[in-house]
Amino acid sequence: MTAGTAPSSLGTPSGRRGRRRLPNPFRRRSAMDMHPAARFGAFLLMLAWAFIVVFPIYWLAVTSLKTPYEVDKGPFFIPFVDFTPTLDAWHYILVELGNDTLRPYENTVIVGLSSSLIALFLGSAAAYALVRFTYRPRVGVIGLFIFSVMLAFITAALGAPLLIAIGGAVGVFLILFQAIGRRFTRAMGNSDIAFWLISQRILPPIAVAVPLYVLFQGIGLLDSLPALIITYVAANLPIVVWLMRDYFAALPKELEESASVDGASVWRIVRSIVLPISVPGLVATFLIVLIFAWNEFIIALVLTSANAQTMPLQVAAQSATRGPQWWAISVLILIMITPVVAMAIVLERYISRGILIGAVKG
Amino acid sequence: MASSDSPLNLEHGGPALEPDLTSTSTRRAVSLGAWRSDGAARWLFIWPAVLLILFLSIFPLVASVVLSVSRVAFKGGGVDLSFVGLTSYNQLLFGTERVHFLGLLKNPNPLGWAFVIAVAAFVGWRIRRAATGGIRPVFLLLRVLGALAAVVFAFYLAQALMSDGGRPGAVIVTIFFVVVGIAVQLLIGLGLALLAVQPLPFRRFFRVAFLIPLTITPVGIGYMFRMMTDTSKGPFEPLLVALGLRNWTWVNDPWAARIAVIIGDTWQWTPFVFIVLLAAIEGLDHEVREAAWVDGASRWQSFVHITVPAILPVTTTIVLIRMIEGFKIIDMPNILLGGGPGTATQSLTLESYLDWNTLNLGRSAAIAYLLLILVSVIATAYVSLVRQRVTEVV
Repeated sequence: MTAGTAPSSLGTPSGRRGRRRLPNPFRRRSAMDMHPAARFGAFLLMLAWAFIVVFPIYWLAVTSLKTPYEVDKGPFFIPFVDFTPTLDAWHYILVELGNDTLRPYENTVIVGLSSSLIALFLGSAAAYALVRFTYRPRVGVIGLFIFSVMLAFITAALGAPLLIAIGGAVGVFLILFQAIGRRFTRAMGNSDIAFWLISQRILPPIAVAVPLYVLFQGIGLLDSLPALIITYVAANLPIVVWLMRDYFAALPKELEESASVDGASVWRIVRSIVLPISVPGLVATFLIVLIFAWNEFIIALVLTSANAQTMPLQVAAQSATRGPQWWAISVLILIMITPVVAMAIVLERYISRGILIGAVKG
Repeated sequence: MASSDSPLNLEHGGPALEPDLTSTSTRRAVSLGAWRSDGAARWLFIWPAVLLILFLSIFPLVASVVLSVSRVAFKGGGVDLSFVGLTSYNQLLFGTERVHFLGLLKNPNPLGWAFVIAVAAFVGWRIRRAATGGIRPVFLLLRVLGALAAVVFAFYLAQALMSDGGRPGAVIVTIFFVVVGIAVQLLIGLGLALLAVQPLPFRRFFRVAFLIPLTITPVGIGYMFRMMTDTSKGPFEPLLVALGLRNWTWVNDPWAARIAVIIGDTWQWTPFVFIVLLAAIEGLDHEVREAAWVDGASRWQSFVHITVPAILPVTTTIVLIRMIEGFKIIDMPNILLGGGPGTATQSLTLESYLDWNTLNLGRSAAIAYLLLILVSVIATAYVSLVRQRVTEVV
């Protein structure tokens, strides 16, 4: 979006008027509201989709209250009416398994929250940089880098100790860079950096998992939370960068430019202008990467064995030996989504216009 | 575009300090746009992300190539790699695994030939128009190559789908999941986002409820859909009985099974489209639309000329991310049907996973690499053909 299509009245008298009217955002829009019949139709559509979304969750809740016999016998819909509910499955997961549920649960919370916060922080910084700065990575230097990496792998494959292979490759890279680095003129742009970032997600986790296993074995982090956190940060960074880039690019440039003319540094501009008006995008992105990290399966399966297991593994484990234990799976899914949905309830209000206008136009 | 005459001044601009924006003492004569080049921020903002991804991506990328040209044998706690060249690739593209991977390819029927000829005529017409329009020879060559690829792909599609006895393999099945899935998810997600910004009753409940499917772990969604779609124990059993479909089952029909996978995928991923578009629409400057309304623009005009251009960039991003993630679809076809009936819903990643599970790591890596090549080509084409036209930030 160019600045021209979003002529912003930020900081002008009309903006201040908008702020005074903030306490009741609906009234201001009332003149633009849809016809009551259209509103009712829209409401019905929302209701229909809400039913599609919520009914499977209801079915999980009902299934979690059934005995295996009742699950097998056919569809029963309403507890107490159709069948007698039992807390057997809940008891099995929460009490009998006890620590085998609690520890993965803790791990999931720790890994999910920390990895998504770090990814949001690093990714937003990179996204802002890609929107506001111009980078010119030179093709020749990238070629040199790839050549050095291949050199390291070849020497390592030929039997050289790992440290020597890597050190040698770094040395070769630096010498060549000093010698001929200045001669390269062909350069790539920000879009190439961004595409390279997102292209790192193309390889399926199955292909990445075994090499990552070897890598983390090498640095002694197997079956540990840091290994999962590092992996999930790296895996989610491209998504943060791509989503936040579009949100940042949609912000009016004039605000930042005038602040810059007034002598504010990039740091201050980011902290007091960019971040506050990007809250909807930041919240949406945070929820998405949190959910991705919360639910990841294959890499957690390969990188962890006992200590660092996460909840998705527990869900899969419920069908390992005796066929799917539907009631236990239902309980696990329900306790897994509860904190995320609670967080969505809390954060939902930040994905809305009121906060945004208030933050910028004050 | 950025001049570099404004080095970072930590004394005056550190995050802990509050420069007085109005005083003349801190106001410097900086040209407009000079703020883009605050030296340290320029590098500090991007290097952590780049280095971390480099650290975790180089090794798997190279290791996968090595694995894909090797035979892996597990011997007494150790792993033995022996070089077998392109055997795995050969099996997939020309040998024993070709039927699973590419599909059963037969001569196209008349409809198939008509399809191929139509595609060839279209790309030929585009090339002719470009050639007479005077473009540089290099780009013309690129376009010719792209056109040839399109015709070959059309012929491949016709061989698998529009022929007698032909059958699609994992490549076409995956592309079908991705293309149809994204189209449906985008339509529903955009519609829901537009509805969710209206001041309707229970708006906040709807907004959170619409997010729920995304919060469930993909493995769990697979099991949940197996419960839901069970024709004898699932919740829709009474409905099927009432409709006289007591003995009907969708699991034996390839296309019904594929559509079931897409329904599950759509249920799971529509919230992703929804929340990203919701944030984008909420981030729009409402006063522009208000002004347009005052000037007499209809709701449709305001949507087409204000909302759509503003959310188009992020929409193309959603499509790119969903495309990359969608090509890796595995849990839904795997848990719902184990890739069946037969191999009708076997996606590329599922095929790779099945090889991985039987410790055929070489072929598993080869499939992953072919997937990488396929998606890279499609994503590059998408970015240069679609995304670059709608946004400056490509």
